[in-house]
Amino acid sequence: MIKFRIVKDKIARHTMSGLTVLSLTFLFLIATGLFFKALPIMQSKNIWDLLSASSWKPFKGEYGFLPYIISTLQVTAIAIIIALPVSLLTAIYLTEYANSRVKKIAYPFVDVLSGIPPVVFGVWGIITIVPFISDKLAPHFVEFSTGYTVLAGGIVLAIMIIPLIVSILSELFNAIPKEMREASLSVGATKWQTIKKVVLRKSLSGIIAAIVLAISRAFGETIAVLMVCGNTAIIPKSIFESCYPLPALIANNYGEMMSMPDYESALMFAALLLFVIIVLFNAGSRFILIRIERKYAL
Amino acid sequence: MKRIRFKIYNMQLALKKLEEAFFKSLMILSAISILSVLLFIIYSIVRKGLPSLNWEMISEIPTGGFYLGKEGGILNAIIGSIYIVIGSVIFSIIISLPIVMYINFHLKKNSFYKEVCRFSYDILFGIPSIVYGAFGFVVMIYFGLKASLLGGIVTVGMLILPIMIRSIDEVARRVPNELIETPQALGSTKFEMIKVIIRQIMPGITTAILLSVGRAIGDAATVLFTAGYTDSIPTSFNQQTATLPLAIFFQLGSPIEEVQNRAYAAALILTIIVLILSLSARFFSRKLSKNKI
Repeated sequence: MIKFRIVKDKIARHTMSGLTVLSLTFLFLIATGLFFKALPIMQSKNIWDLLSASSWKPFKGEYGFLPYIISTLQVTAIAIIIALPVSLLTAIYLTEYANSRVKKIAYPFVDVLSGIPPVVFGVWGIITIVPFISDKLAPHFVEFSTGYTVLAGGIVLAIMIIPLIVSILSELFNAIPKEMREASLSVGATKWQTIKKVVLRKSLSGIIAAIVLAISRAFGETIAVLMVCGNTAIIPKSIFESCYPLPALIANNYGEMMSMPDYESALMFAALLLFVIIVLFNAGSRFILIRIERKYAL
Repeated sequence: MKRIRFKIYNMQLALKKLEEAFFKSLMILSAISILSVLLFIIYSIVRKGLPSLNWEMISEIPTGGFYLGKEGGILNAIIGSIYIVIGSVIFSIIISLPIVMYINFHLKKNSFYKEVCRFSYDILFGIPSIVYGAFGFVVMIYFGLKASLLGGIVTVGMLILPIMIRSIDEVARRVPNELIETPQALGSTKFEMIKVIIRQIMPGITTAILLSVGRAIGDAATVLFTAGYTDSIPTSFNQQTATLPLAIFFQLGSPIEEVQNRAYAAALILTIIVLILSLSARFFSRKLSKNKI
């Protein structure tokens, strides 16, 4: 009887450890899978040429990723520019000024916002943001805009990443020891000075890490952006033109392009690009955040 | 002289106060704007979706194709989503629970391996769903599978695995030492001890499941290639299946107004489901903190 229990324990232990190892290799598996699928296009063309060419004509064998890369960068940049100040101010307010009653209402709201599916954000973008841009905003700046623009993508994306930044920043500010704030207040600094000179300065590396994490989230977001950004493979010259980010390119074309090996390989190259950028960004910022957490926990 | 210095000091103080008041009002403004954006999103989804929401919508499958058909509802997508979600949650809990237990209760307290594991799950968490979708599709083709319910379940399972691991891990790390030591002092094996612990952190696991369900039901990019799309309800694992997000996405692209309205109604249904899930996740996590030892 005792032996049976011990055997059972050993079996359980090995299964658990096996599953853990397996899950760790998963990251590696994705990388190799994507790499080998993208290999044909990387061999037949120079990687630098792929990244810097701007003509996308798969049927002529021209694969230039520049329009997609520029589009992704622009949409992400707009999203960060809108989301960062709002979420930074909100996070400071919630951690430093708000009383517990406000906190009790605000945090669930942020949670709910982060739980709304991307496709719903996309629908919301189509029924409110897109008409707003084409009817109200764009006529002030350009002659004509459909509304399906870089700007629409950026706005929708900004609202999607705000909850993420707010929750990371709140955790970050909460991790800063109370003693530091009290020391500053006791030498006569006002609360705002304390926030500016102590809290923000102490958490600067964490704030940067949070931004990088948000950027990587924005980079990979597919459906919501795809629904509002217009999807034309040109390099957008203004924020009132439509664009075509990398994830949208994969989503729109992948399923159908099995017949053309080169095309498929090019799309896999796009996925690999996305994967590598996001893993690097994530690894870097997670590393910083974990180190900060450990520093203040001790 | 003294009086002037005093005046300057007073002015500086007033300036500081002004600056603080300015930034504080900016903060309140941004917090309020976040809240109002959420309310606005819900309001516009409800306003667009409510007129076309009726019983037929959730009790019938579309007739005449999802793209051109005017009649019918989205039952196929609702059932498809439920299949995918149940399948993927079961799949990922079978994998994630042993992993979390192993990391927390078998590895040593300050082991480097533990940190490596947590770090890589964090990175897996950040990988966009389109990459999971594309990778899942590649693997399926490698094994000669077509887009199917099974493919969708496994890929979505992979997507929610890191969420599941991270949120169960969050409660497992807070299990008090006494609970770990007592069963072992009574002579139980680690496996038996883990069974006790799992019973204790059940509310936490429920929260993790609800969070993952919320993510799994809303994700479109993973199921785009792996689960396919169809107007009928799947009857076996190797048939294609529709899902709610894709139903919204495809029907919105239709030129016919009735079909578009169906997409708005579907968006409303999806929002309601997700709101219920996130509220019940809150409820369960509060219940968990009540039972703290």
